[in-house]
Amino acid sequence: MRELIGRLREIVGERWCYTAEHQLRTYESDGLLQYAVRPGVAVLPGTAQEVQGCVRACADAGVPWVARGSGSGLSGGALPLAEGVLIVTSRMKRVLEVDLANQRVCVEPGVTNTAVSTAVAPDFFYPPDPSSQIVCSIGGNVAENSGGAHCFKYGFTTTYVCGLEVVLADGELITLGGPELDPPGYDLLGAFVGSEGTLGIATKVWLRVLPAPETVKTLVAFFDSTHAAGEAVSEIVQSGVVPGAIEMMDRVAIEASEQMAHAGYPIGRGAALLVELDGAERECEARFEEVVAVCERCGSDDVRVARDEAERQLFWKTRKAAFPAMGRISPNYFVQDGVIPRTKLPEVLAAIDALAQEYGMIVANVFHAGDGNLHPLVCFDGRNEGEAERAEELSGRILDACLDAGGSITGEHGVGVDKKKHMPKMFDEPDLAAFQRLRCAWDPAGLANPGKVMPTPRLCGEVPGVYRQHPLEAAGLAERF
Amino acid sequence: MRPETAEDAAALLRTLGEEGRPVRPRGGGTKPWGPAIDGAVLETGGLDRILEHNVGDFTAVLEAGVPLAEAQAAFAAHGQMLAIDPAFSEHATVGGVMATNDSGPLRHRYGSMRDLVVGATVALSDGTLAKSGGKVIKNVAGYDLAKLLVGSFGTLGLIVRVAVRLHPMPPRTASAVGGSDDPERLGAAALALAATPLEADCLDLDWRDGAGRLLVRYGSAAAPDQAAATVARMQELGLEQCSVVEDDEKLWTAQRAHQRGACVLKVSGRPTDLPAVCRAGGAVVGRPALGLSWLSLPLPRPAASSPQPASPALGAAVAAARDALSPRACTLLDAPRELRAGAWAAPDPGALALMARVKERFDPARIFRPGTFVGGI
Repeated sequence: MRELIGRLREIVGERWCYTAEHQLRTYESDGLLQYAVRPGVAVLPGTAQEVQGCVRACADAGVPWVARGSGSGLSGGALPLAEGVLIVTSRMKRVLEVDLANQRVCVEPGVTNTAVSTAVAPDFFYPPDPSSQIVCSIGGNVAENSGGAHCFKYGFTTTYVCGLEVVLADGELITLGGPELDPPGYDLLGAFVGSEGTLGIATKVWLRVLPAPETVKTLVAFFDSTHAAGEAVSEIVQSGVVPGAIEMMDRVAIEASEQMAHAGYPIGRGAALLVELDGAERECEARFEEVVAVCERCGSDDVRVARDEAERQLFWKTRKAAFPAMGRISPNYFVQDGVIPRTKLPEVLAAIDALAQEYGMIVANVFHAGDGNLHPLVCFDGRNEGEAERAEELSGRILDACLDAGGSITGEHGVGVDKKKHMPKMFDEPDLAAFQRLRCAWDPAGLANPGKVMPTPRLCGEVPGVYRQHPLEAAGLAERF
Repeated sequence: MRPETAEDAAALLRTLGEEGRPVRPRGGGTKPWGPAIDGAVLETGGLDRILEHNVGDFTAVLEAGVPLAEAQAAFAAHGQMLAIDPAFSEHATVGGVMATNDSGPLRHRYGSMRDLVVGATVALSDGTLAKSGGKVIKNVAGYDLAKLLVGSFGTLGLIVRVAVRLHPMPPRTASAVGGSDDPERLGAAALALAATPLEADCLDLDWRDGAGRLLVRYGSAAAPDQAAATVARMQELGLEQCSVVEDDEKLWTAQRAHQRGACVLKVSGRPTDLPAVCRAGGAVVGRPALGLSWLSLPLPRPAASSPQPASPALGAAVAAARDALSPRACTLLDAPRELRAGAWAAPDPGALALMARVKERFDPARIFRPGTFVGGI
């Protein structure tokens, strides 16, 4: 390790190679604080060539490494290795090219999500918008295939990444795609996006951007129950309206968020539904009236339409305050990220309720209702012995309920270290083995972010060769000895 | 060979793999793209069940051999659609459209199969049956192997089952059409329309015989108004013969058909490349906002006295078009058999080496169309 550190120091410079405890402490967790590991060494390369140098040095030394963007991930995907190298992309934050005629942007991986939209504003925007968008990096978004509130209509990070420059685990620098779509060959780009740092590290990202919508209209409707709000969601989607966003909060989440955001939300109501329509003005206006009517028909007696951008921002602030606001009503909480088919919403929410009662714990629910992505927040007090373990167990059973309904263990946060133990509930052994085939094609030595995604550590064997008869043998002209 | 279940397909492939017998998967047989092989045809026609249509969730699970048209009819009964509309969808199968990454005008708004498939099951040459993804529209658990299969042209494994996301059918449609015989003017107008925040379902270019037009389709209750507004914009942009077409199905059926031909190059370009593609010597179907075009080259007329086949001259025309559009990648799709060996453009060398390793891992027996994909993979 000491020799490797010396080499890394030469590559990135003394100043950007951290080995002191106080420097490394910053990096011991990502956004999921219950996991913490101090890395052996952290480097902050400034260029793709420096990244390549670091990765090659690791490959030569046989030392594993983990890539980290802004460290806002929620699955421990950027959790360091004590005996490994942490490669941090936060210094690589140049916007390299803005080509609005072609609706493309090229950025370095450390550029924040918001900075992309800012670079193309006001006529264009970058649709994926995770809640952490002010700080989270595009490189991290690529690794996690980040979503956000608007992905029901617009799709995910993978929809918008058209090119990548990637350093593979053996130190080779390759280009996948570029400003053009459908490059010849396998869609390696599609396989890389969402691979959680296990296939390599992106050093350059080409993104598509879209023309900014002509108009945006936002409302919040309050209901007596999540069931009634869920009915409204189903009816809106069935009617053919494709809202930019549909977000739901339950009673506990409304209460906590209101204490923080002061938007004047009524405490005690069962559910709040935020619906945003964007697009062409005429179409939006007409559809918006339909949405209001649906909400009223489904039992909302309190529909508030944002009168201006300030009020719209307030609605969103309240929604986005839900996670941090939980800190006010509970010393600790776990966030889950389960997905269910939208029509299963009532039964899964009932199951979560029953589980909360069984465990005697508070579970608040915040979710992207359009695509059935639930974020149950399991509240607990870590100072009480055994409570964290019970909360963890409850979280796991919530995921079981999602899987029973035909869903997924993660919609946007990723598997990381946090959910890898749940992978075998969703995938059978042949499925996991197929994932491993992909990983082995990219990183046969297993040095890129090992210990993440897959439930148990696996090694890559040699490519299994199949005995093939030589044409001369087949013709009886030769024999094999 | 025509397996009737996914399990049968996997068992069959294990045997073929052990024997080292090459296979070419085949759906409806509407896209004989890429080089031919000496080997057996593996038909997906027996895998033709619509396994689930979850109406309320806008998802469906289909076996790979389901004809796209049949699936669309089932979805349409509930006002829904799989938002992909390649030519010849009467016979084309879901698996075939996915394997060839084929698409039509709706790609402008809804993307290609890579954006619509949420889960896939594949049978590999060692008999493995592996699934990835799921059947919910949002999911990041595990690697996205479905994307690897989209556009893999049957060289990695046999797609046996696919879960897709559906969309509501538009309540009505209307289109705006405007023309010009100046590629620069059409190109500039296309860029301007692509940058307009009006949400069109389709934005296409149709160029043939030295003249072209842009076609913009809207699918909403307000579609005629949107089309009228676009016609006004087209006039401002200097296009001629601009009009609203309300009964527009014929227009788009023709446009889809134009994407196919005797010799078609798919151009992976940029939106600003449009004029250059129009000048490349053929008819063009373009998706200007995406930068993708399909260039249809005319078959040279053989001299009456000559018994020579037309393909050498056509091969020269293909090479000339590729030269003119270089460095953009041009993939030869429809083509006479003799030209199909040169279907693919060369990828980045590093990427190609990785593709070869992916092929090795997923097709260990090397029986799925061996040697026919990019770089002889």
